[in-house]
Amino acid sequence: MPWLIQNLWLIPALPLLAAGLSALMKRPSRAASASLAIGSMALAFFLSCAAFVKTLADPAAHFTHNFDWFVLGETTFRLGWVLDPLTAAMLVMITFVGLLIFIFSVGYMAHDDNFTRFFCFLSLFAAAMLGLVIANNLLLLFMCWELVGLASYLLIGFWYQKPSAAAAAKKAFITTRIGDVFFFLGILWLSSEAGTLLFYDGGAGCLEQSALAKLVVQSTWIGMGVSTAIALLIFCGAIGKSGQVPLHVWLPDAMEGPTPVSALIHAATMVAAGVFLVARVYPLMAVMPEANAQGPMPKVQVAMATQIEGGAGTETNRVVKVATNVPPLPEGEGRGEGEGTHGKHLASVSTALQAVTWIGAITALFAALIAVAQTDIKRILAYSTVSQLGFMFIGLGTGGVAVGIFHLLTHAFFKALLFLGSGSVIHGCHEEQDIRRMGGLRKLMPVTFATYAIGMLALAGFPLLFSGFWSKDEILHAAWLWQPSKWPFLLGLCGAFLTAFYMTRQMWFVFFGTNRSAGVPARSNSEPMDASDLQDTHGTSHASAGGDARTPHESPPVMTVPLGILAACAVFLSVFGTPAWPWFHSYLSGHAPHIAPSIEVGTLLVMLVSAIISVGGIWLGWNFYSRRGPKTAEEPDPLEKLQPDVFATLRGKFFIDELYQMSVIAWNAACARASRWLDDVVWDGAVRAVSLVALGLSWVNRLIDEFVVNLGFDQGCGGLRLGARLLSLWQNGQVQRYLRFIALGLVLLGVIFIWGCK
Amino acid sequence: MNSLPLLTLLTLTPLVGAAVIAGLDPKHRSLARGLGLFFNLLAFSLAATLWANFNVASGELQFVERHDWIPSVGVQYFLGVDGMGLLMVLLTALIVPFGLLASGRSRREEAQTSGTKIDQSLLTSAPTEQLNAPAFVSLLLFLQAGLFGAFTALNFIHWFVFYELTLVPAYFLIKLWGGSQRSSAANQFFIYTMVGSVTLLLSMLAVYLVTGSFDLIALAEKGRTGELASLFNVRIAGWYGLSPRTLALVIFFGAFLGFAVKVPVWPFHTWLPATYAEAPTGVSMVLTGVMSKMGVYGFLRILLPIFPNEMQIMLTPLLWLAVATIVFSAWAAMMQRDLKRIVAYSSINHLGYCLLGVFAVASFTGSDPKWTTEKTAALNGVLLQMFNHGITAAALFYFVGLIEQRAGRRGLGDFGGLRKVAPVFCGLMGIAMFASLGLPGLNGFIGEFLIFKGVFPLAKWAAAFSVIGLLVTAIFLLTILQRVWSGPLAEQGKAFPDLTMKERLIVLPAIALMFVLGVWPQLILGAINNTVLQMVEGLKL
Repeated sequence: MPWLIQNLWLIPALPLLAAGLSALMKRPSRAASASLAIGSMALAFFLSCAAFVKTLADPAAHFTHNFDWFVLGETTFRLGWVLDPLTAAMLVMITFVGLLIFIFSVGYMAHDDNFTRFFCFLSLFAAAMLGLVIANNLLLLFMCWELVGLASYLLIGFWYQKPSAAAAAKKAFITTRIGDVFFFLGILWLSSEAGTLLFYDGGAGCLEQSALAKLVVQSTWIGMGVSTAIALLIFCGAIGKSGQVPLHVWLPDAMEGPTPVSALIHAATMVAAGVFLVARVYPLMAVMPEANAQGPMPKVQVAMATQIEGGAGTETNRVVKVATNVPPLPEGEGRGEGEGTHGKHLASVSTALQAVTWIGAITALFAALIAVAQTDIKRILAYSTVSQLGFMFIGLGTGGVAVGIFHLLTHAFFKALLFLGSGSVIHGCHEEQDIRRMGGLRKLMPVTFATYAIGMLALAGFPLLFSGFWSKDEILHAAWLWQPSKWPFLLGLCGAFLTAFYMTRQMWFVFFGTNRSAGVPARSNSEPMDASDLQDTHGTSHASAGGDARTPHESPPVMTVPLGILAACAVFLSVFGTPAWPWFHSYLSGHAPHIAPSIEVGTLLVMLVSAIISVGGIWLGWNFYSRRGPKTAEEPDPLEKLQPDVFATLRGKFFIDELYQMSVIAWNAACARASRWLDDVVWDGAVRAVSLVALGLSWVNRLIDEFVVNLGFDQGCGGLRLGARLLSLWQNGQVQRYLRFIALGLVLLGVIFIWGCK
Repeated sequence: MNSLPLLTLLTLTPLVGAAVIAGLDPKHRSLARGLGLFFNLLAFSLAATLWANFNVASGELQFVERHDWIPSVGVQYFLGVDGMGLLMVLLTALIVPFGLLASGRSRREEAQTSGTKIDQSLLTSAPTEQLNAPAFVSLLLFLQAGLFGAFTALNFIHWFVFYELTLVPAYFLIKLWGGSQRSSAANQFFIYTMVGSVTLLLSMLAVYLVTGSFDLIALAEKGRTGELASLFNVRIAGWYGLSPRTLALVIFFGAFLGFAVKVPVWPFHTWLPATYAEAPTGVSMVLTGVMSKMGVYGFLRILLPIFPNEMQIMLTPLLWLAVATIVFSAWAAMMQRDLKRIVAYSSINHLGYCLLGVFAVASFTGSDPKWTTEKTAALNGVLLQMFNHGITAAALFYFVGLIEQRAGRRGLGDFGGLRKVAPVFCGLMGIAMFASLGLPGLNGFIGEFLIFKGVFPLAKWAAAFSVIGLLVTAIFLLTILQRVWSGPLAEQGKAFPDLTMKERLIVLPAIALMFVLGVWPQLILGAINNTVLQMVEGLKL
């Protein structure tokens, strides 16, 4: 089906078109905008399914279609798209989860003034993410990556009248842009060293053998391999986008957006982009020089072994087969083979992947700790996303693409489910987000409760039945087998335990116990929309339903049906990735889907530990809160009574925001002030000084002119005139005076004569 | 190919227009504007004819006209365009009518007709000449003629005449129609750039003494082959007891200063924020859109080809200056509280990327074809960035002007929540801002990417420091979006009108170009690529 590969661009183009069209629509055309968005997404979903089917036949192939974008000197700059199992799996997930979120939004946003604009932004978001997934060029990926950032900016700040939403949107954009700046440098470096940014290009792409071989033998000035440096720079982008420590601060604030946006950001699009990026450039991340190689053309070891099995296709449609990265997990112990040659355990994992693993492990535990003490229903989920993304990075770092991406996919479903469920709760509780003011909702919102419980169990990793268990178990298993260190495994275990605990806490607060909303004044400041409109519409809808305006209510079917579908997926997705039938791993690793199940003692042991951890966490949480849980909204959390200082630190998110405020932000402001000072005082001062000197010189000049040259001239003239006047006195034409002078002269002469003769 | 002297006609058209309109009675405001637009349209169609008949397969000069002017000193009437000149001519033909349309009605007229409340302090200081539309239009056309002349002339004296001629109308436009500080701003602008021009002229006279030629193309050839360097050794050895090498550097520095002030290069930039902030909107648009490009154009046309040796010697300090221009101007923009000054500083920042590309390509590299590609990328990026910045910055000044026209104020903190009452305004200005901060899919990105792609392998540290500019630009542009458009709507903002249909139509071409060039950069790159290749070939020593 070459048609599909040549026209893969249609998948992102359809939502993009929908976004463009609804951008031109007027506010009242709500139905048109929503149906355009949903219709385009449904079409994209069908195309994605077709693409998925296409890859099933030959999962080892990277079908690409490259084209010229512009000329550059004597070469051309080419873009392209690629279809391989990684892309196909992501496409199906994004379009499917996206579609459900779109449908849910119709109900959730029904009363919003800017409904039309909302669907425009949602479509843009989906389009950018789909473009990112199909890109066969790191620059194209980066472009879509930035557009994902733009869409998230627009959606987080959707309720722009709330100053906090506007600030959160800006914070999200700028925090992720910090990572992006490093990512951008990585792209530049890769481009200059590899000479191309195409991933797969018939053997000439930057993820293929020859380019990697070139990269890995060079080293930078600090002795680090160029490939490692580039991989780490690219990973910085992923840290920003996927909310890993230390750039996680924007993700919880992003909860200021409408809940469907949170679902989209946390499940299908934004944060998945970072994980996907690492998976996409995995060959670059994993590449490392063979320790003993000294020759002019050293052999390269790409994780295990990357071989080009088959060659190019036609001009426009190059089909390349690369046995990708990592064999399925049960063969994970095969890693030992490579070590025989150089003995050192540490050397068998590239520096970049070690960094990925460590960042992931630290984040997994760190965010889980914070989540324990949060009280906002969406923020708890937000921190759980941060933590789960950490797990995905552990999976990528220790187990390879399949392990990380499988958790990404299962997580997408149950996290979308949880966010939409929380949206349903918030909607039903009249925009209340504080779990201390909820409680006992299981009877009032049965569908939401049932689906939310499934999502919660999946996230907590409840054994056997739920997809989250299997995907997390694999990560822990891979971490267990990881040679450089056992710490990521232990950190992951702690994170998993805490996850089970805080999700149980949240379940108890929201759905069990007694309803604590009574007697609490409505929090008007958390009203997302124009407070007046919203109250009105809600008021009337409840009045017509005949209930008390403050009583929580179940959401309409347009919201609950997507919840049900997602809940089903959260359960059934597990069948693809159990150790007994690891279909997904062979698929992503490019193996034909025939599977020899291999269950070993180690596998079972880790599974058992993981199950115990999860159940233990749930048990502890349930016991703790059902006995000591607060009865009113004001009563402090029992944990707070137990350990007030620790709890305050956790609730304050380890005060990372405050730390940044005092450090990075303060430094930036100081630099800015210094720049302004330089401009206003130093450089402008210098200019003014020069002009003053010039003015001074002209002033001196004027003085010389007026007082020396002019005045001298004038005085000279005056002197001359005076002399002339005096002279003229001698000759005034009066004969008497002349005679008088002659007489005087004669007398004088007479006197001199007489004196002389004496 | 064309017997018609197209380039001469191109320069003459606005000049004739300026003369005709200058003769009108001040009462005939709409006639003046109509005529101005007519002559602009004529000039634009001439530029479009050039574009259509330009042979993109060649990097050579085209549409050449050459006549003796003052043969005894080697001054010729010498016109011609290559890809770079063509691009700049096109930009001029686009931005000047945009600026003319933007300066539709003065604040006073606006206040008289609509009764909008505006800041009285702005009114009382407004001069009576403000209403003299024919003079305004005439000066703007005069400015356009100067710009066309400067972008097509290839003999130094011929070029210099036009280069300096642009100052005169710009000075009067600022001085007569500007804001409350217009007088000092205009003086500073005029004198500061004049100082730069004088040193440039002196340097080029020295070059003339050495070579006996004012022909920029011939001089470039001499610079490329190294003949100029050997002439320096022979002809001016021992002047003031300086070595020829030092003397050559002094001469280079004089020429550098001329363009450094014009672009501007940090720290010769302090005239710019005041000038842009005080100039009337339409003039700010032309100043930032086109006049600032004359500096970069000068770097590419004169400095880089004629002084490649000296640029290589001074490479590291020059790169530092470019980095400082990028980073410090971005930070300084962060601290401004006047929207126009923020945009002015961001303009300096964006031209800093051009400088970075121009300086980096001067670095010495072997004949490895890899470097040709990288240098081509950088210079292609520079030219693309010049064009893109012209459009984006002009659009941003237009929007800020509209805000000021509506509210009588333009402080960052004077507004809030305007998106609610003016959604279209917010959307279109948002597009321009994201284009300015280099969002992919809009025009700013490709130019910046190409510059960085070329500069990174040539000067890693410079590229690495410069990305700070990318980050800080995002901070201050998003702050504008946050403070002006988001948040609760202030009481006085409730009467803020959205864009009228006419205003939307005026800005539509700019917005459309942002999208088109963002996804289809080949449109420009196809025309300039061969010119750039030739320039890069010229840099091989």
